[in-house]
Amino acid sequence: MHDRLRAGLLIAPALAVFLAFFLIPLGYLAVAGGAGGYSAILTEPRFLRSLISTLLVAAATTVITLFIATIMGLFLARVRFRGRSTLLALLTLPLAFPGVVVGYLVIMLAGRQGLVAEVSLALGGDRIVFAYSLAGLLLGYVYFSIPRTLLTLMAAAEKLDPRLEEAARSLGASPFGVLRDVLLPGMAPAMAAAGAICFATATGAFGTAFALASRIDVLPMVIYTEFTLQANLAVAAALSFLLGIATWAVLALARGASGGAAA
Amino acid sequence: MRRGIGFWTGLCFTLLISAFLILPIFASVIAGVTANQFVGISSGFTTRWILDVWTNYGGTVLLSLQIAFATLAITLLLGVPAAYVLARHAGVTARLIEEALVMPIAVPGLATALGLILAYGAVGGLRSSWYFILVGHVVFCLPFMMRAVLAVLLAIDLHRLEEAARACGATWAQRFFGVVLPNIRGGILAGSLMVVTLSLGEFNMTLLLHTPFTRTLPVGLADAYTALRTEMASAYTLIFFALIVPLLSAMQWVVGRMDQQGGRR
Repeated sequence: MHDRLRAGLLIAPALAVFLAFFLIPLGYLAVAGGAGGYSAILTEPRFLRSLISTLLVAAATTVITLFIATIMGLFLARVRFRGRSTLLALLTLPLAFPGVVVGYLVIMLAGRQGLVAEVSLALGGDRIVFAYSLAGLLLGYVYFSIPRTLLTLMAAAEKLDPRLEEAARSLGASPFGVLRDVLLPGMAPAMAAAGAICFATATGAFGTAFALASRIDVLPMVIYTEFTLQANLAVAAALSFLLGIATWAVLALARGASGGAAA
Repeated sequence: MRRGIGFWTGLCFTLLISAFLILPIFASVIAGVTANQFVGISSGFTTRWILDVWTNYGGTVLLSLQIAFATLAITLLLGVPAAYVLARHAGVTARLIEEALVMPIAVPGLATALGLILAYGAVGGLRSSWYFILVGHVVFCLPFMMRAVLAVLLAIDLHRLEEAARACGATWAQRFFGVVLPNIRGGILAGSLMVVTLSLGEFNMTLLLHTPFTRTLPVGLADAYTALRTEMASAYTLIFFALIVPLLSAMQWVVGRMDQQGGRR
């Protein structure tokens, strides 16, 4: 049998599934919005508002996560202490948690009977509850973004050439100077790639907002509400098509910029 | 090693964030086995909540396992040959196909699910059967299987292995099953664990694709979080953890072993 023919036959089933159950449905989605669906997005202020709040939440998630994961990544890549591998295993556990479970964990942390509420009561203060607010949603998004980002940035920190850092230090650079001029530029490509994944994931995330039943109308929640409660199929389809294209574009751009390091 | 102020600041920061990630998990696990949530741990431990959840929601666990293993079987059959072809061909077409096949990862599950409903929601009894969820999971998980296998195929010297086997007179089938597959079993195992983990936890798509008769574990969890008491919701989450944590640990172990072998090569 010819190589070409065999290659075609071997990859055809995967392509068929992709075409039938992804590309064609996506086409339906693009068309189902119709002129009405797309124009409603532009004219009705609440859709525009939800779009803006979604982008803001995603951007805030990305900035906070990158800040946390860069510090932790640099630290964990350099030091060895007893229990380090156990700690790493525990830190990557949330990778496998769906958004709903993360939402529930935020309730365990900051809900009415959460850890923060109990501690603040025990310290003689008020019962602090913020799970169901914007802060809670942000906390959930940061929660599921940290493990993935941390793994990428730790790998990048391990690849940094320690000689550069030593050279900078021996030339009299302050610790902050080393961070600003040596470490951060070296990790910048990984930070861009990880940040893009973080942003795209936060834009499309749904389970966490669903579990928190928060009143913040992030785009996926609006799509779900329009579809199930309002039966407004045109708007739901138009919004989700735009959302899909946007997250795909962010990831494609990041992958182009980082030369294949991103998802 | 001299441990300066930087070390201790880094350690405190790392421990603080670790507490943020890990403490809620423990709080949830403990709440799931605590006899009285309002009294606390001093009220003693019980398996009552877990048994209650199993009576009411056991079906969702079984359905999720059924879907996860069906997804695994299909993604193996589709993904391994596809990865093999992509690894052997360097051309632009192959790269474009690869790019297309991983697209479902980048598009939110909500959008894919809505598209599936629009395209096939009215086809026969598909909408009400578990196959509808299976289709969604296969679309979403296939890229992960493909990439895990592809990564290993690109790391081994596939071309030379195949040439050596061909020179010994092996047919294509002998080469594929006797030489290629045994050499990439680590990637296949890692991809399989990934697919089962992802399928068991998939929620964004499944919430739209499910019907009251085809509720999966995460959909049941979402229901429990809004409708049930903390004890029950936590016990249900505990069941989920009991399924997912061993899978994730196994995956990390497999990937760790592959890294070690790769380093030695």
